[in-house]
Amino acid sequence: MIAALVIVFREVLEAALVVGIVLAATRGLAGAGRWVGVGIAGGLGGATFVALFAGSIADALEGYGQEVFNAGVLLLAVAMLTWHNAWMTTHGRQMAQEMREVGQAVQSGQRPLAVLALVVGLSVLREGSETVLFLYGLATGEGGLSDALTGGALGLAIGFLAGSSLYLGLLRIPSRYLFSVTSWMITLLAAGMAAQAITFLSAADLLSIGEVLWDSSTILSQESLPGRILHTLIGYMDRPTSVQAAAYVATLALIYGATLLASTLSRDTRRAPVTVRRE
Amino acid sequence: MIHRFALPLTLCALLLGTAAPAGAEEPLTIPLSIKNHRFNPDRVEVPAGKPFVLIVKNEDATPEEFESKMLHREKVIQGGKEAKIKFDALKPGEYPFVGEFHEDQTKGVIVAK
Repeated sequence: MIAALVIVFREVLEAALVVGIVLAATRGLAGAGRWVGVGIAGGLGGATFVALFAGSIADALEGYGQEVFNAGVLLLAVAMLTWHNAWMTTHGRQMAQEMREVGQAVQSGQRPLAVLALVVGLSVLREGSETVLFLYGLATGEGGLSDALTGGALGLAIGFLAGSSLYLGLLRIPSRYLFSVTSWMITLLAAGMAAQAITFLSAADLLSIGEVLWDSSTILSQESLPGRILHTLIGYMDRPTSVQAAAYVATLALIYGATLLASTLSRDTRRAPVTVRRE
Repeated sequence: MIHRFALPLTLCALLLGTAAPAGAEEPLTIPLSIKNHRFNPDRVEVPAGKPFVLIVKNEDATPEEFESKMLHREKVIQGGKEAKIKFDALKPGEYPFVGEFHEDQTKGVIVAK
């Protein structure tokens, strides 16, 4: 049962942290909870589907289907997060103003909600399919169904707690800074995902992962709880390689460039606010 | 035990080796199995500085996830299925790996020399 708890918690943790950030980032938007719910439900459905066809996926693409699939899911999430941050640059200030004026949820943010719901769905999908496979193995194998269910439920609950803590922590940030903070968190989240996608692409024999730049596993192991949390939040790696680091930096640059471009375009057309920050 | 694809793979490697000029050689493939949640062999020796591929056959009925955090590899292997896992050239040293779903008993190490 402990094994089930630990593994389910590990898998749930990453998705729960993503959900926590997304919920904080979409605070004040009408229907945010519902969209995130749709994302989670879609992700769970997708995860079950992926688990059912895990064999076929694994056999695809000369045996590297699983790696390419994971890399694709991660890169799609990176693209969605980039789009979201660029969108928020041009619409965020207006939305924040609107929120202050009416003092309640605003309707203008449905598009980023759909995009972020997709990100939530992709996170749940990736982590969820492994959980489903593991629990299936446990339920049919040595532990029995009750063991799998009890451990799984406990792991899920603790993961949920972690995501909720992050969300509640973020809500303590004054609302005028919240947008900036969540924009930064989404940027770092995306950069970490891009570095992780490199790992899968190298595992699929599509590119070389490069030399290990440093080894900080003795200071902060990526397998420890703080290491895992930081791995999800900011992409912390205890043995990062040159290509992973390049992908990380390139994603930071991409998102910065995209937000800059978005704000330039909107300034040209509508004389909208220039800066990314919303005071 | 002899791997199902060991012979065909060896033949392919030989064919490619003779047909293709030097430099286009097939990477070294090493078979490995999981049975009763144990790796066999649980110590894999590879030459340092050369890329290689582990062909991991899961002979248990339940899925397992091959994982080496140190080498940045994780791959789910369905019960009764096999998976290939590509590794870049390693520096000499020991690189542990586990079956994440049974981490306390499913352990092994890659030794690059």
